Amino acid sequence: MRRVVAAGLLALMALGACSSQPPQEAEEESIVVYSGRSEELVGDIFDEFEKTTGIDTKVKYGGTSELAAQILEEGENSPADLFFSQDAGSLGAVQDEDAFVELPEELISVVPERFRSKTGRWVGVTGRSRVVVYNPDEVRPEEFPASIMDFTDEKWRDRLGWSPANASFQSFITAMRQIEGEDETRQWLEDMIDLDIESYPNNVTIVEAVSAGEIEAGLVNHYYALELGRENPDLKSVNHFIGGGDVGALVNVAGIGILKTSTNQEPARRFIEFLLSKQIQEQFTSRTFEYPLTEGVAANEKLTQLDQLDPPNIDLSNLDDLQGTLELLEDLELL
Amino acid sequence: MKRSSDEREAALKKRRPPRLLSAMGALVGAGMLIPVAYLIIRGSQAGVSGVAEVVADARTMRLLGRTILLAVAVTTASVIIAAPLAWLTVRTDLPWRGFWTVATALPLVIPSYVAGFAFIAFFGPRGQVQQWLEPLGVERLPEIYGFWGAWLVLTLFTYPYVLLTVRAAIRGLDPSLEEAAATLDGRRIAQLRVLVPHLKPAIASGGLLVALYTFHDFGAVSLLRFDAFTNAIFVQYRSSLNRTNAAILSLILIAVTTSLVVLEGMSRGKAKYHRLSSTGGRRAAVSVRLGIWRWPAVGACMVLGIFSLMIPFAAIGYWLYRAAISSDLISIAALPAWRSIEASALGTAFCVLAAIPVAMLVARYPGPLAKVIEAGAFVGHALPGVTVALSLVFFGARYVPIFYQTRWMLVFAYTVLFMPLAIGGLRASLIQVSPQVEEAAQMLGSSRMGVLRRVTLPMIRPGITAAGSLVFLSAMKELPATLMVAPIGYSTLATRVWSATNEVLYGPAAIYAAGLVMMASVPLGILLLRDRPIH
Repeated sequence: MRRVVAAGLLALMALGACSSQPPQEAEEESIVVYSGRSEELVGDIFDEFEKTTGIDTKVKYGGTSELAAQILEEGENSPADLFFSQDAGSLGAVQDEDAFVELPEELISVVPERFRSKTGRWVGVTGRSRVVVYNPDEVRPEEFPASIMDFTDEKWRDRLGWSPANASFQSFITAMRQIEGEDETRQWLEDMIDLDIESYPNNVTIVEAVSAGEIEAGLVNHYYALELGRENPDLKSVNHFIGGGDVGALVNVAGIGILKTSTNQEPARRFIEFLLSKQIQEQFTSRTFEYPLTEGVAANEKLTQLDQLDPPNIDLSNLDDLQGTLELLEDLELL
Repeated sequence: MKRSSDEREAALKKRRPPRLLSAMGALVGAGMLIPVAYLIIRGSQAGVSGVAEVVADARTMRLLGRTILLAVAVTTASVIIAAPLAWLTVRTDLPWRGFWTVATALPLVIPSYVAGFAFIAFFGPRGQVQQWLEPLGVERLPEIYGFWGAWLVLTLFTYPYVLLTVRAAIRGLDPSLEEAAATLDGRRIAQLRVLVPHLKPAIASGGLLVALYTFHDFGAVSLLRFDAFTNAIFVQYRSSLNRTNAAILSLILIAVTTSLVVLEGMSRGKAKYHRLSSTGGRRAAVSVRLGIWRWPAVGACMVLGIFSLMIPFAAIGYWLYRAAISSDLISIAALPAWRSIEASALGTAFCVLAAIPVAMLVARYPGPLAKVIEAGAFVGHALPGVTVALSLVFFGARYVPIFYQTRWMLVFAYTVLFMPLAIGGLRASLIQVSPQVEEAAQMLGSSRMGVLRRVTLPMIRPGITAAGSLVFLSAMKELPATLMVAPIGYSTLATRVWSATNEVLYGPAAIYAAGLVMMASVPLGILLLRDRPIH
């Protein structure tokens, strides 16, 4: 028996040795992408790029902040050419370490300035808006205040839900700290807690709870109601967009940048061009209901169009100040 | 003049270890210190004032205190569950003993975040159990979140650490001890009283592993909303990618866990645990007949099984039911399944092989070298996986790029991460082997290395089994290091489960999770069941 096991292990090792030899130096171009967006969501977009252009595309999937930390620790020898991030905060953090190259203006000018780095180091690919998801049987949208800050009114006691552990919520609070101020943000959080707002582990459970009538409204990202609604036509949850330049209308982006250490700058630029192309942007919006950021591409017909959203004016790179937000939430025992 | 066994033992101890053994041990030790080197490099960037700021932070110290409390609670509960269970599955005529042997060890393969999810799904405020009980008027269940929830989930999924080490120790015991006790006093309790002191080292070993796991776990404590020390580390990574502060915090963790390792070493003391009789072989011990206690024993196993296995299985089953499963999905799981087995098997082999010299040094030639290497080796298990992974990324990418992101780097990562499990498993068995047997073999002409190879190793098979099982199960479910260090495009079942649950894709998550459990239980079953005492 032991010999069988030993033989098996030797075979495995031989196999391992064979396949871990470095790939032959191919004439063809190649890129390596570190993606904080999951394979389930964007995997076939990489496949399509490879098929269309013939550029060999390798992708490493992982958590956005872990991948960012990995890129920085790898330093000079990093195999990564591109960093595809789930949120703007991580892009800002990597930008702060001066790890991105400046992208050519003509490549990124198709995306409005507010959705890309102020110094051209990264560009947003798709957007997601904060919304108040609600159950129309329980509450009418006319009842909602014009600003998210005014939800602290007594009449909202016991009617609302949120998810403090969720990364998008935390980005939203970071934006609130920037726009409204530290003290106002703390006050708002305390007031909401006072109103017995219900905490949920993630956004999906909020949308489901709203549909079930457990709570009347919740603070989530816009695409959940639509995605869950596609699976389940009986879903009652509907999105309300705050608008008016309010922090409650924050549009966060998934974005991408090219690393300075990359030796494949040209194919990397082509990949960004591919992501920002009309066809792929339309794929994003029809599949995941996210907002396409390339100008002139219409969002999914079920959505309020991007130019009608009126998000707040904020440098998305500054959403990297997550630490302050996390400390605040922990201090208030929300985390 | 015949020297007493004490003096012989002392003489043996004074001898220096064979040079080859020392070299191998030192090499392994050096490898294990890579995470520490990285942390010191990163941490020192903060300067003295930066370090002082982090250490003096009241919140940090509070988190550390709470985590220490949790570790104590989880370790105590694990020992209370696992030690009797080990005795039941090795020494008694428990009905369906083979099944229980594997089933009680299996919870170790379930990733802690899956376990956390499952428990919240059942016992959470709007969970399954509350829905079942609602017609009876139960509005709210006792809170699953916080300290007690974390304690429950961690205990249920880490007690196998103690179970496996204690099992190995019982299997290695000289049956004549228990037989003598049985002759003198027929009650079962007498046999137990004889056993227990001999199991102290194994319990301490296993308990140490549980404590270390509690310190480094992140998945379960974050889901169950217990603010643990690892949280402080993760906050640093997630916000502004502050690796410097994260490194300082990790060093604090190392200081705490090193003290634990030292404490555990001291607890073993000078007591001798090996048999004193001269018989070299092992006789099978006679099973203890449980009589009417059989059914309560089975009942206890079932209750444990319901909580530690049925609940996660039911959650996985529910996910499978909720989402449409196609045969496509199942074939998609095939490649990650193969990768899981490949990486885990290779990692286990290397890790146990590397652990043998260290365990030998510690058990046979305890001295400063052994102590340093052992302490260094335990570091890997105390740190969050992300930290160990980043240290390997740092050194790998910058200094040995040819190995970076290859299978071998991943195997090395598993070796660093799980070395303490292997050492823990081996050590309890090693100290049961009498030095006199080895001495006899040497006098018959074997070299010291030959003795180790031909005499000692076969006698510590139970320990090798324990070590192998522990490492294999842990490697199968490992997540953060696999994500970072594995070759690009190399996914295991564990990484697929994580990816799918992130996107709330229940069907695929369930397939991968089910695959993980099945894949792990087959080798586990083989390891645990074939290694029966020699008749």
